[in-house]
Amino acid sequence: MSEIIATALKILFFVLVFVFSTAALLTWVERKQSALMQDRVGANRAKIFGLRLWGLFHIIADSLKMFLKEDFRPQGAEKLLFLLAPGISMFFAIAAFAAIPFADVLVVGGTAHVMQIAALDVGILYVFATMSMAVYGVVLGAWASNNNYSLMGGLRASAQMISYEVGIGVSIIGVLLVFQTVNLQEIVRAQGALLGGWLPKWGILYQPIGFLLFFTTGLAETKRIPFDAPEGESEIIGYHVEFTSMRFGVYFLTDLIETVLIACITVTLFLGGWQVPYLTAAGFEFPWGVSLALSNLTVTVLQFLGFSLKVAVLLWFMMLIRWTLPRFRYDQVMALGWKILLPLALLNIFVTAAIILFV
Amino acid sequence: MNVHDKYKPLTFWERTYLPRIWDGLVLTMRHFFFNLWHFFLASIGVQREWKGAVTYQYPEVRRPIWPRLRTLHRLTKREDGTPRCVACMMCETVCPAKCIYIVAGERPEKQIEKYPLQFDIDLGKCVFCGYCVEACPEDAIRMDTGILEFAAYGRNGMLLTKEMLLSFVPKKEHYTARPDLEARPAPAPRLSEA
Repeated sequence: MSEIIATALKILFFVLVFVFSTAALLTWVERKQSALMQDRVGANRAKIFGLRLWGLFHIIADSLKMFLKEDFRPQGAEKLLFLLAPGISMFFAIAAFAAIPFADVLVVGGTAHVMQIAALDVGILYVFATMSMAVYGVVLGAWASNNNYSLMGGLRASAQMISYEVGIGVSIIGVLLVFQTVNLQEIVRAQGALLGGWLPKWGILYQPIGFLLFFTTGLAETKRIPFDAPEGESEIIGYHVEFTSMRFGVYFLTDLIETVLIACITVTLFLGGWQVPYLTAAGFEFPWGVSLALSNLTVTVLQFLGFSLKVAVLLWFMMLIRWTLPRFRYDQVMALGWKILLPLALLNIFVTAAIILFV
Repeated sequence: MNVHDKYKPLTFWERTYLPRIWDGLVLTMRHFFFNLWHFFLASIGVQREWKGAVTYQYPEVRRPIWPRLRTLHRLTKREDGTPRCVACMMCETVCPAKCIYIVAGERPEKQIEKYPLQFDIDLGKCVFCGYCVEACPEDAIRMDTGILEFAAYGRNGMLLTKEMLLSFVPKKEHYTARPDLEARPAPAPRLSEA
């Protein structure tokens, strides 16, 4: 019973509070950051009692607008699928968060709780399984709209997402070879060790190429610029052309949740997850001999803050990429995925395996 | 970028795409941090204006308009307050969008035979070409009100009547887009005013 309550609290905290508020905040971050990058002011019109708070109320204004707009269903659309498709898309994006560890173990009243919604041994495999299901929401929505343009967008989306699914799956095998496990919590724990007594043993040190490949394919998975050929909201017609109001909003939010997801996985695999340098379960232990004992709760909070900070930095970087690069042409997307990223990822596996085997 | 650059063969590092991506990211990153710093300074009140932002905060801050910019039409008046228009139909004839409707009425005086009973401009059709201003022999119509906001909820709202056109006043201070032009002497007055 207490296990169920603990899991429910973890879901409440990590998914409903952390993930959703991050994704909602990203709608604002995206507008504001792009404005700063392009020498503009950005969203700042929404105000409550004369208070503008740098446009933060646009989150409320945007969602209110989404709810109040006309909910349009095209004639001849497949009713059930049209209703379900955005939900399917979002469901799988959220479900993947179950295996992401966001802190180490928190001891409450003598029981140790792993700060991970589902302590799965298959970890990363589960995440990839759910992530690859997300394409169904896109394709079903595109097909159910009874619109040929949206169907084309859906096909484009499925071709791209499945192509990069191959690349993303292969690009992490190097990490799995290094850490010898698919359990995400184990992978993060392994990254807490120090190399030469001072350098945190993060995955990016062992797999720089793997990091680059994973990050690139991950960007393509989120269907955002420069890989936004499936969407191309205003220029080319995407899979959600017939979706209005909150149905579109769900698709839009799914993209942002997937962005958070990719950032979380990248952090977990390559940037040490919840590891804060020199922070062990007992407290800080600096390599120059200084140590600072901390309580279990403090350590857990610090670990979660470290995790959030890493995710935030990665999200910032993903936004930076999104507002710097132009969109890839569709054949370029395919060529990049199959001819460059996939062979490089395979080469990465061979080199990593050879080093592990012979060194 | 120089136009001829695209004919140069790319070097190996350029073809790997990554260095160029990094260059672009550094460029946008520089803008981001520069503007973030100024944003921060402005929010704590150290600096009032945004150096980085090139946008105008529209309803509060208006963009300066060029003195020759064609804005909403108006009809000029004589000294006695009657419209300068003599209903010669020149503007109506020259209008490529056919948006001017004039109904002429007769005047008792011999010097000025006609005046407009009705002078409507359908802004829904107007293309703001300024031909009417050029064609008018009496300098009766001008496009110097400085009014740029004339949106309406329906087509009826886009109809400007003679009374409305006569009620508009010219924009006196033509604040310029470039401060260096403010030092220039004022343009020579029109022949009709001289």
